[in-house]
Amino acid sequence: MKLVRMRPGHGDVLLAEGDVEAAEDEERLVEEFRRQLDKGMWAAVPTSTGPRREALMVRDFGEVPRDAERVIFFPPAAGG
Amino acid sequence: MSAPLLVLLVVLGSLAVAGFGPTAAERARLALDSRRRARAVARTPRELAYDPGRERRAERKALELLRSAVGEEEFAMYGSLGFLRVRGRARDGREYGYLIYPHRPIVAYDAETGELLSEYCVGFPDRAETAFGSRLPDADDVLAKWMSLHGDERGLIAGANMHLPGRQVDPGQVRRDLRRLREWEGRSRPLRIAA
Repeated sequence: MKLVRMRPGHGDVLLAEGDVEAAEDEERLVEEFRRQLDKGMWAAVPTSTGPRREALMVRDFGEVPRDAERVIFFPPAAGG
Repeated sequence: MSAPLLVLLVVLGSLAVAGFGPTAAERARLALDSRRRARAVARTPRELAYDPGRERRAERKALELLRSAVGEEEFAMYGSLGFLRVRGRARDGREYGYLIYPHRPIVAYDAETGELLSEYCVGFPDRAETAFGSRLPDADDVLAKWMSLHGDERGLIAGANMHLPGRQVDPGQVRRDLRRLREWEGRSRPLRIAA
């Protein structure tokens, strides 16, 4: 699983990567996940059911599907 | 030196200080300010300057992320039309849709009649890391809206500023875009069936 974050002037940057089945990796992923949420970022997981693509907004690492390839962090929405 | 000459020099000196003193002091202050500004600019890291190459690389990365999240078909839609469409269904069964443009309001429309319903002004300014400004690459902005609409439509819409159609996005352009979308889908459907 990869945790990436959208950044102005960069596109996405890799924050952490690891195997959620390996305890040490999972701990690192959870820590980074929490750090991003503490910074106020939103987190989404792209999902697919056959050809249909959707996304799941997550607020806790426990909500991330175990087989998710990546979690994307991005700044929170602001009314324009 | 004679006393009258001395008095004259003192008087002239006082006049010079009174007449030109503030100007000279002002000039000195401006010079100091200017030097401070120059030093501040020199301290600014070179990477903070606008770099079109960096922006292009960022946009390319953002497009790849968009492709990986929305899939080939929607990515092709964005590549061909410059926007994405997200479908929705109201409680009464009516179908509606959103058009997602980069860095412009989301436009809602009635999927059956094509009537424009509203504009939702929403952005994702990055206030945490401002070294390169707060604006995400175009494709990242589109993906952020797409994921938010899919993942928490009500939350996104509730936080957006809603306006009548035409406030920021030209309704004529949106109608043309809806026509282009229908045409694009008409062209790509036979390809999908063949595939």
